[in-house]
Amino acid sequence: MAETRDIEFRDTAGRAAAAAEALSPQETEELRDIAGEKMVLNMGPSHPSTHGVLRIVLELDGETITKAMPDVGYLHRGDEKIAENMTYTQFIPYTDRLDYLAPLANNVAYALAVEKLLGIDRQLPPRCQYIRVMCCELARISSHLLGLGSYAMDVGAMTVFLHTFTEREKIYNLCESLTGARFTTTYTRIGGLSRDLPPGWLDQCRKFCDEVLINIDESETLLTRNRIWMDRTQNIGVIPKDVAIDYGLTGPNLRGSGVEYDLRKAQPYLCYPELEFDVPVGSVGDCYDRYLVRMEEMRQSVRILRQCIARIPGGADNRTKEPINVPDGKIVLPPKDKVLTRMEELIHHFINVTQGVNAPPGEVYFAADNPKGELGFYINSKGGGTPHRLKIRAPSFVNLSILPHLLPGHMISDVPAILGSLDFVMGECDR
Amino acid sequence: MNPVDHARKLRERFGELFSEPIEFRGEISLQLIDSERIADVCTFAKQDLGFNYLVDISSLDNYGDDPRFTVVYHLYGLGHHCYLRIKTSVSEEKCEVPTVTGVWRTANWHEREIYDMMGIRFRGHPDLRRILMWEGYPYFPLRKDFPLAGKSSNVPEVAFTEPAPMAGGPFTTIAGGKDAVAREPRVRIPETDSLELNARVERRQDIKDAHGENFGPGPIEPKK
Repeated sequence: MAETRDIEFRDTAGRAAAAAEALSPQETEELRDIAGEKMVLNMGPSHPSTHGVLRIVLELDGETITKAMPDVGYLHRGDEKIAENMTYTQFIPYTDRLDYLAPLANNVAYALAVEKLLGIDRQLPPRCQYIRVMCCELARISSHLLGLGSYAMDVGAMTVFLHTFTEREKIYNLCESLTGARFTTTYTRIGGLSRDLPPGWLDQCRKFCDEVLINIDESETLLTRNRIWMDRTQNIGVIPKDVAIDYGLTGPNLRGSGVEYDLRKAQPYLCYPELEFDVPVGSVGDCYDRYLVRMEEMRQSVRILRQCIARIPGGADNRTKEPINVPDGKIVLPPKDKVLTRMEELIHHFINVTQGVNAPPGEVYFAADNPKGELGFYINSKGGGTPHRLKIRAPSFVNLSILPHLLPGHMISDVPAILGSLDFVMGECDR
Repeated sequence: MNPVDHARKLRERFGELFSEPIEFRGEISLQLIDSERIADVCTFAKQDLGFNYLVDISSLDNYGDDPRFTVVYHLYGLGHHCYLRIKTSVSEEKCEVPTVTGVWRTANWHEREIYDMMGIRFRGHPDLRRILMWEGYPYFPLRKDFPLAGKSSNVPEVAFTEPAPMAGGPFTTIAGGKDAVAREPRVRIPETDSLELNARVERRQDIKDAHGENFGPGPIEPKK
């Protein structure tokens, strides 16, 4: 016969009463406001509009926020510690999990940082550079589409989410045929790429470019002149120019405040100087401007993609056998057929896999303009295949630090709009 | 204006406080000798040299050397588009540098993160609490003497941790251990592990052999 027993409930009210009784009169005096006008509301870490595991402790006076204390770190995995104990190449999969909405762009940024340390970032073959740029821009469109969809859904426009996710599905299909994975791409290697474009990929990409523009236009007709959308976002969460710079905002959030700063233009990397594109900026710095900037950035990304498709050296099927890796066996794994038949390549392969690339001692900082902002890697090397210290400058972490300044004075219903417009990812913030 | 000019101006203003600028891969690093002056230096860099944007603050643990910690500031000017790296060292006993939150407000969370991960305190910081780990966590996980697997900690009714399981994770091992367990980085406790210390001494020696006597900090002795 089964044994039965009572479930023990925690007597919350009883415990609270006992705690109140135990307080001295002075402490009760200090706590008066908690029982009075101000209310403390705990938002997150599991809340649909905090996009992951952000927790914000809000102090409210009625519906108005008087104080906001963000609490991050629920997704902390110690990526920087992990990086110190593995080779540079082994860390590439971990970069997928930073901004997990744009893994391709993280792969590229990290590979470029290590290549800068090795001194080969300017020697990448042109085909490799073009493919990497296409990866970055696809990631940007994918990330912005998701950001836009969830932003609109949080503010009450459900349809946009369904629209944007249709297009994101196509990007995931492109990722899958390019890298073999939809989500955790791990596409770049130090000094190149894991594989060349598959047959027919450029045509699929060209088709996608045409389709996504139509979709962006449709989403725009749903939102840009929508009365409710404008009321919910215009003059909400205004970040003036100087405040945005002071808080170190980057990416669309900084450009939404009217600062024309894009690393693709200011500190050009890859083949961006050869490509034509504009950097959209906002004028007011409110949630609406940040939305408009992201919309335009997606169109510019399509423009870049089209130029890349037209100009990529070697074309779709690479008939001219353009290389995609730097010609250095000490950095890139040699081709498999040579590893199995030749001595030198076998040695390179063995050293590369067991010890990693032999980086010189020194320190570099490299940042790329990712969908969320400036993703930077500071690598301090004492020589050898593992970094002595790898610091990830995560844009979402820095962008969120403005919340205690930005939220007070707003209504509680503005919080989803502001969070949606800041477009952060906790995987990157907490690392 | 290029970063070299900015570095020269900083050295003109603060004289002997800065060591010679080091250039590597087109980046200029300056070492500030007296960490107490970092806030003054940053104020000058922002107001007179146009470094209005603080990109990042990070920290290094030079375990086994003195001074043990280095704080690294990455500065950028949105007007002149130049990067500049300022580094300053602080000893383990002191473990405290002045805050730069008064210069750039973005420093707030960066400094909290360094305090959380490395245990360096920032004097004058308005709200120096842990940020990624929870309040009450007893260790500083990015220090080199903190083992990769983690240490167990238990804060009743708040949170708990146990050392990481031994499955997964492609970590590089140190050669010389008698079996795979001894070579596994997650089981090593850096302070007491002679294998790890010997590997560090050996690695130092390799670097010295390859790059000459003057590179890097001095030698470390294996602890008894």
